[in-house]
Amino acid sequence: MEVFPDTSVDASATGFVLSQIPRKGGPILWAQDRLSRYQAGEPCLAGLGTSLPVLHAALKRPADVLWALEEGLRCSGLSGVIGEIWGDPAVLDFTATKRLALRAEASGVPVWLIRRSCVPNLSAARERWRIAAMPSSPHPDDAQAPGQPRWRLELFRSRWRKPGVWIASYDRKTRRLRLSDQFSDGSVADHEETFGQSAVG
Amino acid sequence: MDRWRITRKRSAKALWDDTPFVLTREGHHGEVIHAVNAPARTLGMARDARLVDMRALCPNLRAQPADPKGDHEALEKLVFWARRWCPWSAIDGEDGFVLDTTGADHLFGGETAMLADMEARLSAIGLSVRLAIAPTWGAAWALARYGRNDHEICSPGDLAQRLAPLPVSALRLDDKTLLLLRRLGLKTIGMLADVPRLSLARRFSRAQLQANPLLRLDQAMGDMAEPISGPREAPRFLATAGLLEPLQDPTPYLPTLSQDVCTKLDAQGWGARRVCLRIYRTDGEVRILEAATSSPSRDTDHLVRLFDGNLERLDPGFGFDLITLEAVVAEPLSVAQPSLDAPAQEEVHLSRLIDRLSARFGTGVIAWPTPRDSHIPERAQGPVSALGNNPKSLAGVPRTRPLRLLDPPEPVGVLYAVPEGPPAQFVWRRQVHRIARHQGPERIAPEWWRARSGTRLRDYYCVEDKSGRRFWLYREGLPDDGWGGDPHWYLHGMFA
Repeated sequence: MEVFPDTSVDASATGFVLSQIPRKGGPILWAQDRLSRYQAGEPCLAGLGTSLPVLHAALKRPADVLWALEEGLRCSGLSGVIGEIWGDPAVLDFTATKRLALRAEASGVPVWLIRRSCVPNLSAARERWRIAAMPSSPHPDDAQAPGQPRWRLELFRSRWRKPGVWIASYDRKTRRLRLSDQFSDGSVADHEETFGQSAVG
Repeated sequence: MDRWRITRKRSAKALWDDTPFVLTREGHHGEVIHAVNAPARTLGMARDARLVDMRALCPNLRAQPADPKGDHEALEKLVFWARRWCPWSAIDGEDGFVLDTTGADHLFGGETAMLADMEARLSAIGLSVRLAIAPTWGAAWALARYGRNDHEICSPGDLAQRLAPLPVSALRLDDKTLLLLRRLGLKTIGMLADVPRLSLARRFSRAQLQANPLLRLDQAMGDMAEPISGPREAPRFLATAGLLEPLQDPTPYLPTLSQDVCTKLDAQGWGARRVCLRIYRTDGEVRILEAATSSPSRDTDHLVRLFDGNLERLDPGFGFDLITLEAVVAEPLSVAQPSLDAPAQEEVHLSRLIDRLSARFGTGVIAWPTPRDSHIPERAQGPVSALGNNPKSLAGVPRTRPLRLLDPPEPVGVLYAVPEGPPAQFVWRRQVHRIARHQGPERIAPEWWRARSGTRLRDYYCVEDKSGRRFWLYREGLPDDGWGGDPHWYLHGMFA
C-alpha cells in the first residue's frame, strides 16, 4: 500500500497509516531514509497512540529502506511494516513495488510506504492513497483549540474496490476512524460510518 | 603427595614508586584502605584502616578508588595465561592464584629456574609478586604470604620445619577461629602442631573447614588431599578453508564454513553471538567482517545470511587464499523441542530479523525507541540498541504530544499579538502558515540538574493553520525573564 501525503510536512498520512495497522501484538518495523528523517521528523513515542513497540531503522538510502522492508516482510511476527521514502529514487520502480506487494501478500504482514514530494509513478501497490489534512472538528471544551483530526482520504487506485474520496475524523482514544461524505459546498455531514479493516486488507 | 604448588600474590599496582599510594573502597564510615604500595607500607599503613586517619598521618598520600571487579576479571585472564607453565591453575582468594606444577618444573630447568622465569615474566607485565613452591596448596599459600623472602622453595622433607615458625593466620582460617586460637595462646603453626591431636579434635570436631585448624593443618602438611579444580577454557569455534589458488569471491565457501562452525557449536551445545569472517589476501592483508546475533544461534543458513550484502564491499585485491569463520563470542544454547502442534518454523523469527538488519546497517541504526524519565520532549525517548534487548511496552502517561518530532527543532519566524501570547502566523521553510486555532501554552521548565545555566523555559503551543495542518511550536523563554533578549520560536513537531 502506498500513501502520498498532500504536502511533505503533513503528518496526517502517518496518523492514517497507524490507524490501519492491525493490533496483533507484535512490533512495528519503521524504516526511514535520511531525507525523510530530516525533513519530516522521526516518530515520537508519546504521540503515536499505540502500545505496540516500534523497531526503528534510521537508514541512509532509499535502497536500504527497501531492503529492510523486504526483510521485515519475511517475519510474520510483526504487526506491520512502515517505510518512508523521500522523492522519486530510481530503485523504487515497478519491480520493487511488486516485490513488496507479493511478499506482503505471502506473509500477511501489511506494508505501508509513505512517499513524500514525489509524483505517483507506475507502481504495483495494491492500494494507493492521497491524504491531506483538513481543519479539525470542533473541540468540545475550547472553541479556540484544534479538536479531533480530520483528513481527506482519496483512494485513487485499488485492486479490490472502488476508488473514492472520504472525509475521515479519527478518535485517538477509541482508535476509530469515522467516515463522512463531503457536500459540494464544502460542509461535512457527520454520519456514522466506519471503515472496516477489510477495506484496507 | 608429590605435588608442587606455587602461589602468587599481587599487591597494589605500583604507579608511583616513591610516593605512598593506596587504593580505597567504601567502608561503613567513609573510605577505607583496600591495598597499599611499598612506601605506604613502610609508613605503617595497612588494609582496612580509614583513609582520613592515614591522610592525617601522611598528607601527601595519594589515593584512588579500587576496582575489585576489574581486578577479578584481570585475575581470571591471568590464570589462563599462567597455564604456560603447567596444565592446571585456579584463582585462590581475591589476590592470588595457584598452579599445580607437578612434573612440570624440569621443562624449565628445575624449580629455581622456573620460579625465576615466573618472576621475570610477571614483573614484565607490571606485577609485583610473591612466589612459593611447596608440596601442598596450604603450605604454598602460607609461605607466599607469610614467608621471609619473595621466593620460597620448600621440599617435602622440611615441610613441618618450614611451617613451624609461621603464625596461625597462615592456615587460611576465619577471623573467629584466629581469635580463639590467640586466646588459647597458640600463636604459631608449630605450637598448634605440638598440641595433642585428641584435644584439638574434641574441640573442633564439628567445625567447618574454614574454622577447623586441625583440617587446615592436615591440608598444609599433606595428610589430607586438596585437589585443584581450575576453570575450563572456553571452547573455540573456528573453521578454515585453505584455497589452492587465489580467488576473488568468498561466497561459495561460506555455507561449508558455516556448517563446520555450527557442527562444532552443536557438539558442545553452544550458540554463536558474534561471528567473525577473516579473509587473508595473497598480498599480506586481512579483511575482517563481523556480525552479531541478538540471541545465540547455530543455524547454518542464518549465519551465512548475516554476511549478505557485506561481501560485495570487500576489496579482494589480487585474490585471497585463506578464509576463516569463527564464533568469537558464544553462549550455551540448549536444544528446545517445539510442541507437537506448533506450526512449522518457516517464518523468520523477530530476533533473526534484528540480526540481519544490524549486520547489514550497523548496530547503532536499528533500535527500539524507549520512553525515558524526562519532560523535555526530545529527551523523553531514547534509542535502545535492538541487539540483545527486548522491547518494552509503551504504556505511559497520556499527554498531548505530536506524532512526529523534528530533531533538532527548526527556528520559525513568528507574528504575535502580545509577546507572551499565542502566535498568529509563522514562516517555516519559506512558507507562511496563518494560524486558525491554537491550544496552550504548555510550559516545560528546563531540567536544572542537567541543563546549562541560562537554559530558558519553553512554552509549547499546539496550533492549526488555515489548511488544517497541525504543528507543535514553542517559544524559548519569556520576553522579560532576564536570560537574553527576545525569545526565539521553534517548530518541534507535527500532529496527525
